[in-house]
Amino acid sequence: MAHEHKLAIFRGLLKFKSNTQKIWGVLIFLSIITAIEVVLGIYKPKGLMSQIFGMKGLNWIFIILTLVKAYYITWDFMHMRDETPALRKMVVWTAVFLICYLIWILLQEGGYVFDVYKEGFIKRDF
Amino acid sequence: MSTVATTGTEGKVWSGGNKPLKASYGKMMMWFFIVSDALTFSGFLAAYGFSRFKFIDSWPIADEVFTHVPFFHGNYPMIYVAFMTFILIMSSVTMVLAVDAGHHMQKTKVTWYMFLTIIGGLIFVGSQAWEWGTFIKGDYGAVQTKGGNILQFGEYVQKDGKKVFKRVAIADFAKSTQKYRAEHERKNGLWFVQEGTLPEFSVNEVANGLASHKNILVRSQIINKHGEKTVLSRAESLKQIKENGKLVVHGANLHVNEYGSPLFADFFFFITGFHGFHVFSGVIINIIIFFNVILGTYEKRKNYEMVEKVGLYWHFVDLVWVFVFTFFYLV
Repeated sequence: MAHEHKLAIFRGLLKFKSNTQKIWGVLIFLSIITAIEVVLGIYKPKGLMSQIFGMKGLNWIFIILTLVKAYYITWDFMHMRDETPALRKMVVWTAVFLICYLIWILLQEGGYVFDVYKEGFIKRDF
Repeated sequence: MSTVATTGTEGKVWSGGNKPLKASYGKMMMWFFIVSDALTFSGFLAAYGFSRFKFIDSWPIADEVFTHVPFFHGNYPMIYVAFMTFILIMSSVTMVLAVDAGHHMQKTKVTWYMFLTIIGGLIFVGSQAWEWGTFIKGDYGAVQTKGGNILQFGEYVQKDGKKVFKRVAIADFAKSTQKYRAEHERKNGLWFVQEGTLPEFSVNEVANGLASHKNILVRSQIINKHGEKTVLSRAESLKQIKENGKLVVHGANLHVNEYGSPLFADFFFFITGFHGFHVFSGVIINIIIFFNVILGTYEKRKNYEMVEKVGLYWHFVDLVWVFVFTFFYLV
């Protein structure tokens, strides 16, 4: 049984000698991201609290960092990097497409209900 | 020692024996399960998002809810949950190291890494239980209004030359005049009627306590433009408690929540509970695989793919936690 591992991360910027080394490298990377999240979460810098696309800038940073973490957990811990491209697309595209739709429709509705409450139960006066 | 009879179909694409996408049957099914489970969790988290957007100007601030660390007193938001996240990521690492050792057929290494993974999982589940316990117990107590809103108490204090609002526990200013009635129990009352535990204070006692402590103010649920909960004036505080106060609540459960909207507590219990159940079942499966490794089952099979499959599940549990962490504690 051959177990070929792709040993480069960050698009080839960082190459590891063995799979074990790569695992520790990814752990360090994930820990740094978590530490950044925690520090930002505790201090909440004033400059990042302004609204960008309907959400606080800080929240966008948290979500992007979370997606980065999710990518490395899936790609390196779950060995998605070593699977065939077809399997990769099958799993990732399905989940991403359905989740994006679900989130969009529910958050949209949530915001609508909020406005209805706030504007005294009239959102659009036809 | 193979339990599968060789049927001579190797190489024939449509007659079995072929691996589509170069993944074994077991691994591919695990991926399919993970996709469907990921959609389940997204459904829960999106529902949480819905409720939060619905009450976007009054949702509890997580930094004020989860502030405790075991064995330490004081206010440490985020620290403990960051520790939990690290433990789970760490156990993911030992798991992937076990998979790697399995590829090299190193039985002792697989055994030890599996063992460490199980320990990590147990620490996480234990921490989760503690987190629940603290949340259920609550800390300052609050008054629920007739409309179901939460009114909390506190006072302005000087800290580092700045005026900050410091929370005050109800027990510190309200005086329990007397137990105004005994709790109804099945054994000494109507056997078919049940009653929950009575609150420690009545709203009247809280109102009297508030009237006699001139420095204490009421804080409402509404988040102001600075991202903080609105503190009411002294007159408004007294008025709100007297006219709107209905019930003294301490801690959180599925009906009431001293930190704010009961929906927050409901989603917290449901989503972290569902995730905790995943961790728990992951630990059980890991233990089964651990014993199989010790017994040499995979040594005889000449491959450790089972470790890889349970590993996929374990990493998935970690993956879900990363999102739960973001949406419950950070955002």
